[in-house]
Amino acid sequence: MNLNATLIGELIAFVVFVLFCMKFVWPPLSNAIEARQKKIADGLTASDRAEKDLALAQDKAKDQLKDAKAQAAEIIEQAKKREAKMLDEAVAKASAERDNILAQAKTEIEAERNRLREDLRKQVAALAVAGAEKILQRSIDEAAHADILEKLVQEL
Amino acid sequence: MAAGEELTLSSHIQHHLTNAKMCTVDGSVAFNKACSEAGFWTWHIDTLAWSIGLGLLFILLFRSAAKKATTGVPGKFQCFVEMVIEFVAANVKDTYHGKSKLIAPLALTIFVWIFLMNLMDLVPVDFLPAFAGWVGATFFGMDSHDVYMKIVPTTDINMTAALALGVFLLMIGYSIRIKGVVGFIKELTLHPFSTKNVPLQIVLIPFNLLLELIALVAKPFSLALRLFGNLYAGEMIFILIGAIGLLQLPLHFVWAVFHILVIVLQAFVFMMLTIVYLSMASSDNH
Repeated sequence: MNLNATLIGELIAFVVFVLFCMKFVWPPLSNAIEARQKKIADGLTASDRAEKDLALAQDKAKDQLKDAKAQAAEIIEQAKKREAKMLDEAVAKASAERDNILAQAKTEIEAERNRLREDLRKQVAALAVAGAEKILQRSIDEAAHADILEKLVQEL
Repeated sequence: MAAGEELTLSSHIQHHLTNAKMCTVDGSVAFNKACSEAGFWTWHIDTLAWSIGLGLLFILLFRSAAKKATTGVPGKFQCFVEMVIEFVAANVKDTYHGKSKLIAPLALTIFVWIFLMNLMDLVPVDFLPAFAGWVGATFFGMDSHDVYMKIVPTTDINMTAALALGVFLLMIGYSIRIKGVVGFIKELTLHPFSTKNVPLQIVLIPFNLLLELIALVAKPFSLALRLFGNLYAGEMIFILIGAIGLLQLPLHFVWAVFHILVIVLQAFVFMMLTIVYLSMASSDNH
């Protein structure tokens, strides 16, 4: 149990171990730990920033969505208005066209009727003359009684 | 152990508490009992072998972790090593406020090395000495009673004294480096009794010197003896328990569980006190 040379041997071993530890063990491990701590700290900061960015982007997206909705509603409103307007115009135009066509048809019908009546009157006059001729048998001079005939035609 | 020989309890205990010695007698290497007259130049080869072996184990394990150290995701072993490193670094940071590249690795070496050496206490006391005796008797033709093997280096006062002496030298070195030789001498002579009266102060110097020297020297002594005493006593209890037959099993278990605490605590205390002493040596205000 007495102190002896072992003390010296252990002292040397102690010094060697401490020096080795100081040179080759502690610095790499300590550096690795510190580097990782920095990495994690950086990562946390980045994630915080990303979170903020995300919130910002979400707000922006929400705003844009709202704008887009408003715009779409406006466009639809305009389109509806225009549709109604176009419909009105088309109805007005069509009704004018119809009136036009109706009026034209009436005029044509009137003209045709007039023409037909004229023809009919002439034919009746001719028939009446022919009948009268048959009845009177030469008693009537066509030329002398032309005024009578004319009068007759007029009356028909 | 050789059959047919009477083994008394005290000789059994004595055998367990004796180191394997090596020395030179008349120019040739001698062992154990032949070394009883060798005096200081005796080497405890079991203490040396186990302590240096365990020191190498510590160095190699931690060096392999340091070599493979990655700043990315660490492996399990690296995690464990980093846990130890951070534990030591936190204690150093809390206690030692100067800047030193030595303190932290010193504390780490002390903690892990002493822990490993103390841990040998948990190996059942008869295993390795009996194995060493068998090897000595079988391969070297020695009497197995003359083969000694003390496997816990910290139960050897030489081991703990060497650690304490190393710390003591560092304390003096730090004192001189921080305060200068004059500052160190002033610290030893002008406290705790100080006065502005110069002749009176001169009279007080011897008392101050005596007190301060005692305080200074008490530190390494307390370091060495605390560790040695705790582990020696623990080892002694293990040996006594090991000598009482079958009943030793539950007793041994209980004492071993309790001793786990002692093992870690003594390693931690030695490390903490080393840091505290070096912190005191480095601080200017007395």
